[in-house]
Amino acid sequence: MHPIHFIVFLPLLAAIVGGLTNKAAPAVFTKGLTTGALFVAAVLSWMVFLPFVAGTAEAQVVPVLQWVQSGTLSFDWALRVDTLTAVMLVVITTVSALVHLYSWGYMEEDPDQPRFFAYLSLFTFAMLMLVTADNLVQMFFGWEGVGLASYLLIGFWFKKPSANAAAIKAFVVNRVGDLGFMLGIFGTFLVFGTVDIPRILEMAPAMSGSDITFMGMRLYTMDILCILLFIGAMGKSAQLGLHTWLPDAMEGPTPVSALIHAATMVTAGVFMVCRLSPMFETAPVALGVVTFIGAATCIFAATVGTTQWDIKRVIAYSTCSQLGYMFFAAGVGAYGAAMFHLFTHAFFKALLFLGAGSVIHAMHHEQDMRYYGGLRKHIPLTFYAMLAGTLAITGLGVYHLGVGFAGFWSKDAIIEVAFARGTEVASFAFWMGVFAALLTSFYSWRLMFLTFWGKPRWIESEHIQHSVHKTPEQAGEDTTGGYHPHESPVSMLIPLGVLTVGAIAAGQVFAPAFLDSADFWDGSIFYNEPLIHAMHGVPVLVKYAAFIVMLLGFVIAWYGYIRNTAFPAKVAEQLGPVYRFLYNKWYFDELYDRIFVRPAFWIGRQLWQRGDVGIIDRFGPNGAAWVVERGVGVAKRVQSGYLTSYALIMLLGLVAAVTWILM
Amino acid sequence: MSYASSFYFTLPEVILSLSGLALLMVAAFAGKASARIVTILSVAALFGAGIFTAHLLSDPAFALGGDAFSGVYRMDAFGSYAKILIYLATIGILMVTQRYFDSTGEYRPEYPVLMIFGAVGMGMMVSAVDLMTLYLGLELSSLSSYVLASYARSDGRSAEAGLKYFVLGALASGILLYGMSLVYGFTGATDYLSILAAMSDGLSGGMLFGLVFVLAGLAFKISAVPFHMWTPDVYEGAPTPVTAFFATAPKVAAIALLMRVALDPFGAQVDAWRQIVIFSALASIVVGALGAIGQANLKRLLAYSSINNVGFILIGLAAGTQAGAGAMLVYLAFYVAMTLGSFVAVLMLRDGEGRQVETLADIAGLSRSHKGLALCLAVMMFSLAGIPPLMGFWGKFVVFRAAVDADLILLAAVGIAASVIGAFYYLKIVKVMYFDEPAGVVAGKGDAASWVVLALTTLFVSPLGFLLTIWLGNWTNRAAAALFFAA
Repeated sequence: MHPIHFIVFLPLLAAIVGGLTNKAAPAVFTKGLTTGALFVAAVLSWMVFLPFVAGTAEAQVVPVLQWVQSGTLSFDWALRVDTLTAVMLVVITTVSALVHLYSWGYMEEDPDQPRFFAYLSLFTFAMLMLVTADNLVQMFFGWEGVGLASYLLIGFWFKKPSANAAAIKAFVVNRVGDLGFMLGIFGTFLVFGTVDIPRILEMAPAMSGSDITFMGMRLYTMDILCILLFIGAMGKSAQLGLHTWLPDAMEGPTPVSALIHAATMVTAGVFMVCRLSPMFETAPVALGVVTFIGAATCIFAATVGTTQWDIKRVIAYSTCSQLGYMFFAAGVGAYGAAMFHLFTHAFFKALLFLGAGSVIHAMHHEQDMRYYGGLRKHIPLTFYAMLAGTLAITGLGVYHLGVGFAGFWSKDAIIEVAFARGTEVASFAFWMGVFAALLTSFYSWRLMFLTFWGKPRWIESEHIQHSVHKTPEQAGEDTTGGYHPHESPVSMLIPLGVLTVGAIAAGQVFAPAFLDSADFWDGSIFYNEPLIHAMHGVPVLVKYAAFIVMLLGFVIAWYGYIRNTAFPAKVAEQLGPVYRFLYNKWYFDELYDRIFVRPAFWIGRQLWQRGDVGIIDRFGPNGAAWVVERGVGVAKRVQSGYLTSYALIMLLGLVAAVTWILM
Repeated sequence: MSYASSFYFTLPEVILSLSGLALLMVAAFAGKASARIVTILSVAALFGAGIFTAHLLSDPAFALGGDAFSGVYRMDAFGSYAKILIYLATIGILMVTQRYFDSTGEYRPEYPVLMIFGAVGMGMMVSAVDLMTLYLGLELSSLSSYVLASYARSDGRSAEAGLKYFVLGALASGILLYGMSLVYGFTGATDYLSILAAMSDGLSGGMLFGLVFVLAGLAFKISAVPFHMWTPDVYEGAPTPVTAFFATAPKVAAIALLMRVALDPFGAQVDAWRQIVIFSALASIVVGALGAIGQANLKRLLAYSSINNVGFILIGLAAGTQAGAGAMLVYLAFYVAMTLGSFVAVLMLRDGEGRQVETLADIAGLSRSHKGLALCLAVMMFSLAGIPPLMGFWGKFVVFRAAVDADLILLAAVGIAASVIGAFYYLKIVKVMYFDEPAGVVAGKGDAASWVVLALTTLFVSPLGFLLTIWLGNWTNRAAAALFFAA
């Protein structure tokens, strides 16, 4: 038995046992079981991961069982353990274990806790299945598994219509991406005759430059395949165009947002591109697309993030934006940097989400930052954790001192490598990256200032009004309304503490391995040695670009939200249309509603009322029933009870038979 | 052919005839009080005849059978199989009858005796290999049936049923006899082998007429459409045990007889009659189903159900193959069990004063007061509707498979589609029993004998019946092979 067996299957076991005893056992049983299983898995994951950092571990494939054997299609369940997988194992199990623990406090009052914990563990299993996949079908299994778990958890509070809508939206939008992924898998099998990832990657370079004719166009095979696969990644990782589900997914409980919609599942697309990096390297056009989409998402989400009021939505757009960084890092060929950002991002973004959860917990489920303010003094531990997270995401660090928070190491590396790459689309990505860094700093500090600084503005919040039974008028001068936020319980603070350490130190400790060591990656991703050298050789101004814009963003935020709090409203008024454009998320939802949702509903309604009810039902079941009913009437009338008519029918039948046979 | 071997081969009929005559004497002298003992002795006689038949059936030396009385009678696996079904059905009905007449006190010893004579006639029908024997057997069984139909003398409906059955039966007999005379006239023979030989060279117009008339006469006995009109009226009017008898034993005999006639003497001209059989099969399925849907009376509903089932059985005949014949025999076994079980369950439905309850409305909510009875009846209905894993499904399955193997794919497809209509009224009974507000009409408990018959038939059609399918398969294969040995 390899430890990977335990890492992957303990969460599944816990989910099944905990889920099936949902009603039978006390909630604490499921909670303890799943959390315990995850902590064991997390410890084992670090034990698997650290030898890779030390360079003493070998990549290996652990078979589980034979899966499909059908004609030329044949593949097994097998767990692949190499550097790339090990990185993901650590991220997934660590964050998942911490989120499990955090949920003890956060979900304390929920009546359905066992279900929640079972779902969390199920998600973890599916995610582990995805990252340990040795073939595309197994990866797809995990891919769909996390999609299912995400659906279940977004809609966890299924009595809330908005949660249901968000869950369905996430599922449907992901289906669009999944269609691309599936076509990519089919196409890969068609071209390579196998779904086995190592063999595909082995054969990929030889396919470079081959083309196929599709609808009269000559297209490069590898570009087509990689773009299709990337469409799958776009759906799962909420990239521009298929990103609309992620902000809505914040309807789920906050621990879910931290685990699934920040640290792990949404990074699956990045992981997939890195896993298949040798394949993408043979597809220059596809890489261009990846870079462009990544950079566009990066800037798009950052602009929207600057205008949102809901604390979780700000972080959600931030996630979207950071995912954009990861993609364009991969697009320019720096897969190590992409994975490194994924790794550090998991820590600081999970921290930010869990910190936000702690704030929301303290603020009686109020999520609107307009009704926060001055929380620094009330919940100091949460404040320090969020502060560390903010410093990490904004990338505080000084190049010449060689010290910095996690985001400094990974994000700056991405911006530098985009510059070093030098192609046109990479330059675009570079500028977008720098600008997005400015916005990141701005919206992150905006969040901090609105939440933790200034005066309390809680009494305006309906949640707080319900809690203290007062209206703003009754409260008068006291803008707290007499409500005193309390620091969260220990079970929520421990994960915050652990993640704070990660947000501070993960970059510093692991940067050499992730960024500069081909030995570390050991062939599990495509490692572009000259590009990394070029990255280290970029001009000093480029190296300080992110730092400068970070300071700039901080200053703007400070001015707007501490110094002159009337300033933002004025700006919004001056730039009315622009502000509304950003605030309404570039009108993507409205656009999709017009282009896709309403026509789809219309088609659906037509098919239902005209097609199904009007034609199929009318001439099918209802028509048949009508005929039968008439037939019953006829049969009854014929059966008159008169002997003569019976005899007549017999003779008529006889005559008919004779006539027929003689003809 | 020595007389010794002839008597040996006809021993089941000999046993029953002598028992019948002896019991008639007992009845004549001992009077009404002997009804019970005569019934028991009749069952014993049928049982003895059945044991001997089973002995012949399982003896490999007689796999292909033997002729008796100069080739007018044939003992073979086919006839023996049919006889066992007939005897079992008759025994089952004799066991549950007496209770029915408790309330009217009309049970008399001639009832079992009539059944015995009917069984003799049916035994002759299935063993006949000559038109003469065929007719004798048919009339013997028919005459018993006419009397039985009007057995409840005080009940006007029963008398009407007997009369209708007799008049239409006489008409059918006339048609049959006319056909037989035509066949004889144009082939010069009454025995099957000679007719087969004469028809092998082609059909003359006269032969064709004869063939159609013979088949039409037989179609009356199996109540295939359009010769089915008597069935609902007679089934409804006759006393319920008699109805159960009509729906089982004579059906088996008539179908076996039709099979032998169609496949032996007329076997060379399958194409001549196949289309008529196909029409009759589909028409029976559809008319049976449509008729049943409109019924509120359970007996009438079961009458249509039997018409419907005959349609399915005829699909096997339309195939005209050995596999088709085997499938029909399998279907017959399940049909007898399902029909017998259903009727016994209906027989057990009595109101507080012991009178027969027979409308659908009366059994509403039966599941609440009579759990076991409702369950058995529900099993029967599901099985009749052909829902797996009950054995009714298997019967339909083998019949349709035989049709498909004989390239009658369209027939099978239409048959399957039409069986959906049939499912409606079977399921309606289940729905009424389980989901409707209790009517509270049914009272009292069934007697032990009824429960035994009901339990056995239920077990047979339940998935446990699969345990018996090996023997059933062997027997039906052997029986079907005996039918085709000449080919």
